[in-house]
Amino acid sequence: MIEGALWRRWVFFYIPMALFLIFLLFPFYWMIITSVRPDGELYRPWNSINYNPFWTWKPTWDHFKYLFEETLFSAWLWNTMFIALVSTAISLVCGVFAGYALSRLNFPFAGSLGTGVFITYLVPQTLLFIPLAEMIRNYRLGDTPWSLILTYPTFLIPFCTWLMMGYFKAVPKELEECARIDGASRWQAMLYIIIPVAIPGILSAGIFAFTLSWNEFIYALVFLSSPEQKTVPVGVTSELIRGDVFFWGPLMAGALLGSIPVAIAYSFFVEHYVAGLTGSVKG
Amino acid sequence: MAVQAITTTLGEAPQPRRQRLLEDERWLAFFLIVPTMVLLGMFIAYPFVRGILLSVTNSRVGVPGDFVGLANFHKIWNDSIFRTSVYNTFLYTGVTTVFKLSLGLWLAMLLNRNFKGKAFTRAFILLPFIIPTVLSTFAWKWMFDPTFSVLNWLLFHVGAITGRINWMGDPDLAMISIIIVNIWRGVPFFAISLLAGLQTISPELNEAAAIDGAKPWQRFWHVTWPLLLPVTMVVVLFSVIQTFADFQIVYVMTGGGPANATHLFATYAYQIGIGTGLLSEGAAISLAMFPVLLLVVVFQLLYIRRVETR
Repeated sequence: MIEGALWRRWVFFYIPMALFLIFLLFPFYWMIITSVRPDGELYRPWNSINYNPFWTWKPTWDHFKYLFEETLFSAWLWNTMFIALVSTAISLVCGVFAGYALSRLNFPFAGSLGTGVFITYLVPQTLLFIPLAEMIRNYRLGDTPWSLILTYPTFLIPFCTWLMMGYFKAVPKELEECARIDGASRWQAMLYIIIPVAIPGILSAGIFAFTLSWNEFIYALVFLSSPEQKTVPVGVTSELIRGDVFFWGPLMAGALLGSIPVAIAYSFFVEHYVAGLTGSVKG
Repeated sequence: MAVQAITTTLGEAPQPRRQRLLEDERWLAFFLIVPTMVLLGMFIAYPFVRGILLSVTNSRVGVPGDFVGLANFHKIWNDSIFRTSVYNTFLYTGVTTVFKLSLGLWLAMLLNRNFKGKAFTRAFILLPFIIPTVLSTFAWKWMFDPTFSVLNWLLFHVGAITGRINWMGDPDLAMISIIIVNIWRGVPFFAISLLAGLQTISPELNEAAAIDGAKPWQRFWHVTWPLLLPVTMVVVLFSVIQTFADFQIVYVMTGGGPANATHLFATYAYQIGIGTGLLSEGAAISLAMFPVLLLVVVFQLLYIRRVETR
């Protein structure tokens, strides 16, 4: 428990903590309240009298209705989900295999390949998006989900590999040796003995990779052009703003609905996510 | 269960040649690593080379272009908007990193105590980091809206301002706004990573220092901080790379405006390369990030190696 005199507890713990929570969570509250507020209340000048911006007595579903009836929001949700799941699956398979090889097998250049993967992990998407856009166009992949399914693994695999290397290193060598003595081949020892032991790591890598690909923006923005192919972040950005006019109600409703799948995935696996996050930086 | 699985698959007796190859450690490693290397080679190494080749031509969208040497780099060097972007990027990275580290460390220290609802609080605190940045940045943009800003309402009603503040219309205020959003997004990452570091420090060390008469501030400075330094370094370098190459927050909040005053490397590269279709010039702008990124990565590699060998 927090120790010390009452005023000390308030000054050094409760008040700073409350301020942090308000700062970090207020935008989400604002997103929710905006999404259910009628337009008449939304577009009222900030200095008009008798105006309480933090609450509404006339909640409405209009903005959500608009989103599903007037825009392709459900298609964007589906696209994002599909792309995130497939690219996560590809990255997990590649990352688990590569992580196993780099951490548990002896072969020439293992060390420098490991360093190479670490370096690619640090390459930001914004460094390469222009030549990639040109390549995607040349291969006629532009405006298809495959342009993202093939490019997302470039930032997911290094992360998965790096995380899995950490998990595999912690598994004792004897486990494999026992299996080999019992007659298992190397491949079987890996598939049936070591990988099952590392399942918590695979879950962490998977949940983290899923949120990363759900989050990705610049590749999706550059590679996709037709409205029905877009992902949620790009669709919301490009289709709910007409010139200078922002449809704030539907925008916030879209932002809210677009966040919910990640928030749900996250809430089920908080511990794994945190393990993935801290593991990803420590390695 | 695992043993059962082995005996059943052993009975099938796979093709001998494939099995012999997989029994060889090097071949197995080779097979396991090939998919990763192919994908990373095709979509990281190759585009990197393409980017360099692109930056020394005058290609536009649909036009291959000719070799022009370093003309693109020469052009952006004399471009005042590019110079502003360079300045902005360093300012943005520097200021946000200082705030993210100090606030993140503070929050981590708060979370490192035992209190009711700790797990719950920790889970909620990470939300800004996991929610898609573009979507949460829209909530901030709406909060900073010139006419309907809730922040203006708040400041007005506590008596801090008398007229409205046009957050996105003034270059300095727009820069401050995007810096605030970046800090908001990054603090949870710092806090949770540093909290993991704090939890590995044995409380006995602090207790021993307290018995020796060290004040709380001295305990932090002489015990906690040095032990936390390796984690801090890795987190900071990691965040510096991400922030330096940031795109989403500026793209949504200001789009580089007003009057191109808040561009970063990435948003300016996007505007030139994709917006106006000058592919080669855009490639040159984003490649201009590379020397700084390389420096940070090399530093990080050396630091990790030094910590590991100690």
